[in-house]
Amino acid sequence: MAEQTAPAPPVIRDGTPAKPDAAVVRDALGVGVAVGLSGFAFGVTSAGSGLSLLQTCVLSLLVFTGASQFALVGALAAGGNPFTAAAGAFFLGTRNAFYGLRLSQLLALPKAVRPFAAHWVIDETTAVALAQPSRRAVRIGFTVTGLTLYVLWNLTTFLGALGAEAIGDTVAWGLDAAGPAVFLALLAPMLKSATERATAGIAVLLGLGLLPVLPAGVPVLAAALAAPAVLWAQGRRTASTGGEKDPR
Amino acid sequence: MNVWIAIALTAAGCYLVKLIGLLVPAGALERPLVKRLAALLPVALLAALTAQQTFSAGHDLVLDARAAGLAAAAVALVLRAPFLVVVGAAVAVTAGVRALGW
Repeated sequence: MAEQTAPAPPVIRDGTPAKPDAAVVRDALGVGVAVGLSGFAFGVTSAGSGLSLLQTCVLSLLVFTGASQFALVGALAAGGNPFTAAAGAFFLGTRNAFYGLRLSQLLALPKAVRPFAAHWVIDETTAVALAQPSRRAVRIGFTVTGLTLYVLWNLTTFLGALGAEAIGDTVAWGLDAAGPAVFLALLAPMLKSATERATAGIAVLLGLGLLPVLPAGVPVLAAALAAPAVLWAQGRRTASTGGEKDPR
Repeated sequence: MNVWIAIALTAAGCYLVKLIGLLVPAGALERPLVKRLAALLPVALLAALTAQQTFSAGHDLVLDARAAGLAAAAVALVLRAPFLVVVGAAVAVTAGVRALGW
């Protein structure tokens, strides 16, 4: 295939002084530890939503993409059926496919390693890897972030779920606010332009407006339609203002 | 049992999309429209989820202590607080407001 014989991607800059390995490891550890510890919030939320300790830990071990995990337990707690709950979590996970596309060029992993590396393709590993100046640094950044985050996320998920079972009423402790706060923290940096803000606003209206009338889990999927709707409206506007007069 | 079905579907689906990204030739998903949609879908989903998990109880819309917690998280985000502080602020304020009997 042509892609495999293509020259190195532009990120590998010739003549750039190599970044010391220790600096890459330090960056990776910073992200891995900070985010890894928030598995605690997931463990608490999941157990508080009625999932068992085993179910909670299996989610962190096998799904390992935080927003999807929070979405799934939130939808199940709200009484959603397993298919709509899983569909919402799946749609949130689709962004990882696009991270993988960028990473596959930068990491240039052998085919046999890819199925294992794939499990670590998430927001944080991508962010750290993309920030590195050389292939060696990209690989170190990806691996150290992935390993630290995976170990800590699963460990703190377990502790959080244990803790939630021990303290019983998680609502009295305000722990039901952890899920929405996590979503907001993930969302905030994405609201860069009017397009993103319009999408978020319409999604909120759809999600809340349809909540009383549609089965649990479905309003969130309906709210996802805000994304194509905004793109369509934007396409129409640029078509009518840019270029020659539209004959229609 | 239902929960296990949901877990199995989510685990399989989320792993497959990660793997697809690493395996498909670049270009297949590089069309501008597909990329823009992929960037906007999480925005829509996260916004709807944030709103629902803050303002809903079953099928009813409610305004309770979670709204105060979310406001605290928003303030923490504006102040560029670290991730854990943002979540901690939401939890602490929600618990505090409930303790006051709201």
